[in-house]
Amino acid sequence: MTTATASHDDHHHGPEKGIMRWVKTTNHKDIGTLYLWFSFIMLLIGGAFAMAIRAELLHPGMQVMDPQFFNSMTTMHGLIMVFGAIMPAMVGLGNWLIPMMVGAPDMALPRMNNWSFWILPFAGAILLSTFFMEGGAPAFGWTFYAPLSTTFAPDSTDFFIFAIHLLGFSSIMGAINIIATVLNMRAPDMKLMDMPLFVWTWLITSFLLIGAMPVLAGAVTMMLTDRNFGTSFFDAAGGGDPVMFQHIFWFFGHPEVYIMILPAFGVVSHIIPTFARKPLFGYASMVYAVAAIAFLSYIVWAHHMFLTGMPIAGQLYFMYATMLIAVPTGVKVFNWVATMWKGSMTFEAPMLWAVSFVFLFTLGGFTGLMMGIAPADIQYHDTYFIVAHFHYVLVTGALWAIIAATYYWLPKWTGKMYNEGLAKVHFWWSVISVNVLFFPMHFLGLAGMPRRIPDYALQFADFNWITSIGGFAFGASFILFTYILIDTIRNGKPADARPWEGAKGLEWTLASPAEYHSFNTPPSRKLIEAESQHTA
Amino acid sequence: MKRLIALLGTFLISNSALAEWGVNLREGVTSISSDIYDLHMLIFWICVVIAVVVFGVMIYSLFQHRKSKGAKAANFHDNTTIELVWTVIPILILVGMAIPATSVMIDLENTENAEMNVKITGHQWKWQYEYPDHGNINFISNLAESSKNAVYDETSKPENYLLEVDKPLVLPADTRIRFLFTSADVIHNWWVPDFGVKQDANPGFINDAWAEIPASAIGRYRGQCAELCGKDHGFMPIVVDVVSKEDFKTWVADQKAARAAAEASANKTWTKDELMANGKKVYDTNCAGCHGVNGVASVPVFPNMKGSALANGPAADHTNIVLHGKGGMPAFKMLGDADLASVITYERNAFGNTGSVVQPSDVKSAR
Repeated sequence: MTTATASHDDHHHGPEKGIMRWVKTTNHKDIGTLYLWFSFIMLLIGGAFAMAIRAELLHPGMQVMDPQFFNSMTTMHGLIMVFGAIMPAMVGLGNWLIPMMVGAPDMALPRMNNWSFWILPFAGAILLSTFFMEGGAPAFGWTFYAPLSTTFAPDSTDFFIFAIHLLGFSSIMGAINIIATVLNMRAPDMKLMDMPLFVWTWLITSFLLIGAMPVLAGAVTMMLTDRNFGTSFFDAAGGGDPVMFQHIFWFFGHPEVYIMILPAFGVVSHIIPTFARKPLFGYASMVYAVAAIAFLSYIVWAHHMFLTGMPIAGQLYFMYATMLIAVPTGVKVFNWVATMWKGSMTFEAPMLWAVSFVFLFTLGGFTGLMMGIAPADIQYHDTYFIVAHFHYVLVTGALWAIIAATYYWLPKWTGKMYNEGLAKVHFWWSVISVNVLFFPMHFLGLAGMPRRIPDYALQFADFNWITSIGGFAFGASFILFTYILIDTIRNGKPADARPWEGAKGLEWTLASPAEYHSFNTPPSRKLIEAESQHTA
Repeated sequence: MKRLIALLGTFLISNSALAEWGVNLREGVTSISSDIYDLHMLIFWICVVIAVVVFGVMIYSLFQHRKSKGAKAANFHDNTTIELVWTVIPILILVGMAIPATSVMIDLENTENAEMNVKITGHQWKWQYEYPDHGNINFISNLAESSKNAVYDETSKPENYLLEVDKPLVLPADTRIRFLFTSADVIHNWWVPDFGVKQDANPGFINDAWAEIPASAIGRYRGQCAELCGKDHGFMPIVVDVVSKEDFKTWVADQKAARAAAEASANKTWTKDELMANGKKVYDTNCAGCHGVNGVASVPVFPNMKGSALANGPAADHTNIVLHGKGGMPAFKMLGDADLASVITYERNAFGNTGSVVQPSDVKSAR
């Protein structure tokens, strides 16, 4: 009996040593760390592709690569950033934070958690291996419209399809795990409307994932059979319809953009109250707004398709439904501003990123509203105007929130404090260069430059040059970010359990770094109320 | 190292000598394009006003409510009235935007009462124009040689680089024109910003749009393919010459005469030299983009022409593929018999290939 107890205790003491710790781990913190590093590496790879794109577009004419490779670059940049960087980073944040925020010891399904991470490196490797195949990597854009992605695509497309399937499995398993954790592992005394906003946004995002990813799997499976088994889902010659591909893709694709942004809303809703030293304004309306956005995200997909030849009734419906999204999104922005109002603000790095998120994401929201107006979208569609729009919402939106979250929770994760001076340099460098990079794209798009072209007419030369210079500067900021992260882990000063004066939340009641297993006994009602976001 | 820096220096140097600074949508020349422009400016200014108000409040707060200024945090966290206000006001603004947007939408979708039709077919990577109401005038519009030759030329670029074609679309002014769009291969998108016309060209389906260009706007208009359609998506521009109704009649008559001459020449037997000379021209315009000027494919996705089994094999198989396409290879049946015979003969005898000669009559019977 004694030995059995001893070995049982060992099991709870901590992780295995060496590499096998990471391969076999079922611990939410280990897996969260793996997700975050994986997404960071993918971010650097996708960023390198972006640098190649901007190098080619620096001057008119073709200097760096051939047009086919350029198309592979834009395609892989999009795929890697969406599926390899932003989504896994959000899952990584969820893994690390959700059990601590709901007072749970770990995720509900720890072995599945391990599997859903370890699928990713293989999926990423398969996707990247297409570069070395005959015919080159996929070159049909991250939206892979048929028939360019079926009849007219390189052979490597089948590997791309397999990679998408794997990424989909991983996301669905991650989503199931988060739903199970939030609903079943939450501290018994925590009601749903006690949950912090990050948990709420991730819960709703999980339902979006479960609804959207199988549709993507269906789309790529139809592609696979069209390519290899003689079906004609997307081939008019066999009775199919290439536009049906777009309907199926965007039925996934529109929820997908909210999958990437809703957890970001959650992150910002934690950081702003902390540094304003004031409770989050309108907690309940924040939750309802997220739910409303998630619902609307399923019924607006064809606003990506105003030029496909939809009947007028369809165009008008999708225009009205799309415009409605502005209402709950507006509510969120107003609530953040009201949270800052009459606060006692300080501007440490997480707050700087969060405040600039509110500015720049809202800017992307305005251009989104403009494109929702169907007749105006005729001129915006497939130009650099939309490239500007979705980079404002995904880079200065989703990615900004991920970086903000990293600075905000890094002391909790590592037990060390980052270098505030360097972090401020990183912020100002990034926020200036990112606007030099993306703002002129609005002008390019309105002046008529189509997206996804490797070379352009001479009237677009100036803004492209500025954009590329901004791009190189923004790319270089990640060298500094990498240094700051490694410096923190190696040389950071020990951080307090609650390093931010105004921070609330159960995670701050744990030690820094958080122990391997948190909340072996659930937190009390009193503690939950004291750490709640929406009570004074 | 110095040379590297100098090289990097020239690489990074600005293009500013080259360009004008367009920052906004163009108003264009049709009623649709100006309606869209007005709508765009309306939404833009509404967004600016909202931004000034919201960001104004936020910036005020960022400066006034900071701890370093001694601000003490208030403790409010809910206010049903104000939350209701900032839900209802945006809805009203949106309704205000939706009303003009709906009327423009209905107008631009109304393609009825057209005085003439133009059928536009997207090909990888060129546009085909047909005039069904004018004796089926039918031609292909390719990227102009001047632009094609300048892509890899670092020293100079021609005027209208990448926006010039060998044969523009010609349209009469003061005429309500209905465009019909389709594609022979992948999805393309025909976009002329000044007309406010941008529509997907889907393989196997037909979309439509309309435009009426006033006589005051006679001139030349440019656009580009706006849907990723493969390797040379960036190299299939659109040029439209808008001419007076009288000039258009003359142009139609010229086109018909030219076609009669081409048909006559297709009936005679050509010498191999004639076929080879004409074939090189057709090949460089239509085929070299994928199969390479020297018969070696630009990227390995496409087959080489040099040493090709097809080009050195039976002429019937070769003709069949060129006419009807296969997989990623588009059909070229829109070219005339003489041009097809020339290009097939050229492919079979250039680059060291040793195939047979194909006559226009062979192509005609293979159609």
